[in-house]
Amino acid sequence: MKTVMYISVFLVLVFVVTIIWTIFSKGLGSISWNMISKVPGPDFNTSDDGGFLNAIVGSLLVVVPATVISLIISIPVVFYITLYRKRTDKLSYIARLAYDVLYGIPSIVYGAFAFTVMVYIGMRASLLGGIVVTTFLMVPMLIRSGDEIAKTIPDEIHEATYSLGATKYETMKVIFRQALPGMATATLLAIGKAIGDAAGVMFTAGFSDAIPKSLSQPTATLPLAIFNWVTMPDPFPDRAYSAALVLTVIVLILSIGGRYISNRFSKNNL
Amino acid sequence: MDKSDISSLTVRDLDLFIEDRQILKNINLVIPNNKITCIVGPSGCGKSTLLKTLNRLIDDTDGVRYSGEILIGGKNILAASGPDLIELRRHIGLVPQRPCPLPMSIYENVAYGCRIHGLCKNKKQMNEVVENYLTEVGLWEEVKDRLNSPAGKLSIGQQQRLCLARSLAVRPEFILADEATSALDPVSSKIIEDLFVKLKEKYTIIMVTHTLRQALRIADHAAFIYFGEIVESGDAVKVFKNPEKDLTRKYLAGVFS
Repeated sequence: MKTVMYISVFLVLVFVVTIIWTIFSKGLGSISWNMISKVPGPDFNTSDDGGFLNAIVGSLLVVVPATVISLIISIPVVFYITLYRKRTDKLSYIARLAYDVLYGIPSIVYGAFAFTVMVYIGMRASLLGGIVVTTFLMVPMLIRSGDEIAKTIPDEIHEATYSLGATKYETMKVIFRQALPGMATATLLAIGKAIGDAAGVMFTAGFSDAIPKSLSQPTATLPLAIFNWVTMPDPFPDRAYSAALVLTVIVLILSIGGRYISNRFSKNNL
Repeated sequence: MDKSDISSLTVRDLDLFIEDRQILKNINLVIPNNKITCIVGPSGCGKSTLLKTLNRLIDDTDGVRYSGEILIGGKNILAASGPDLIELRRHIGLVPQRPCPLPMSIYENVAYGCRIHGLCKNKKQMNEVVENYLTEVGLWEEVKDRLNSPAGKLSIGQQQRLCLARSLAVRPEFILADEATSALDPVSSKIIEDLFVKLKEKYTIIMVTHTLRQALRIADHAAFIYFGEIVESGDAVKVFKNPEKDLTRKYLAGVFS
């Protein structure tokens, strides 16, 4: 039994190391300052004219607002179904079922659905579309992990604050403190998944060589840029690896930063 | 309401159901002031439910309904709602079975209640409150150098005293203790027991326990509950040494537990 566990752990480590090593060795070998500091020039598809700053900025422009919006949506939902509704309550049961279903829906379906809606209302592929779909993608992830985190918070905390005469709102603040580190980790995981997702933004955010100046302009994103360069008739594997490196570094910075912040906040946690 | 209003606690005709099951049947009980009242009885007889009803924490249980009255200084807790309920709860401190510090520092745990009720006007007053109540539970000397370290780092016994200090800091008149020593080691239990005996000068203490020895040691008043009904209540010495009812006698003799 122990051997099986060792092998599994080993396998996982091999995957991680191989992926990271490939991305870093090939990415570092091909990345240049030009690539990450310039938008594509007129001859980008035939020569080294410019870089993919448009995709880096585009990815961040999609994911950062989407993260903020989805936190604003999901935190109240989590509080509502865990604190205001009793556990056996029908509405919270239906809500949980709904989020589980949403969680399981592949991002391409979200993308296609949003695209249909956009066509129907006459909207073009744009930054806004990308943000909305990415939000859809993140909300169920955040609610689901928030719900799990809430379950790990001991009932005694509610009892302790209530018996001190705290209101529901004051109790929520204490619970929020206890849930914060877990929620931070969950948010990072969700960001990691969202920023790497190509399918959702493919239909909705479009692609552009320029950095969008407004919500209604289309935008490039890193995963889609990678996809494009690899699937072109004349592929640019160097660029793809460089972009993959940038994507990985962004996610790594987010994870390490988030860990640091949540550790600082969780100093007093139980 | 001022302190003189909240002088006694009386339970009248309390019936409590969870779903369709009756947990408490026609409970009538008078809790004497500045005494330790022990509620004893076998597991699952409704002791903790009764305690949780006294400060309405029972409301969080699914499918609960109740009727009757629990009177504190003429106010019926069971009819209170909104701000009234919050105010009433402040007057009834709770020491839980397992100590549960809030996710804050030791200092903030004691200060929490004062903060939410705005009982302290400034930092100096707050410091005094924290020191006072930590001293009252005999924790001050042990923690005065690390007031800002997390409360969760204290030992279980210390955490339980911290919870007590936290409850006392909102100046309650009643303290409910739900088997407050059952998770503690013998030394810590003894400390808590001694504290209760000391605290009864200022507070009315209602304690649920299934350690009969403990009840014998510290109770002034006792109520014996069996299957949701009060079998016998009154002076502790009388209930424990010279019970009127056969059922009480059997319980004390350990025929059932």
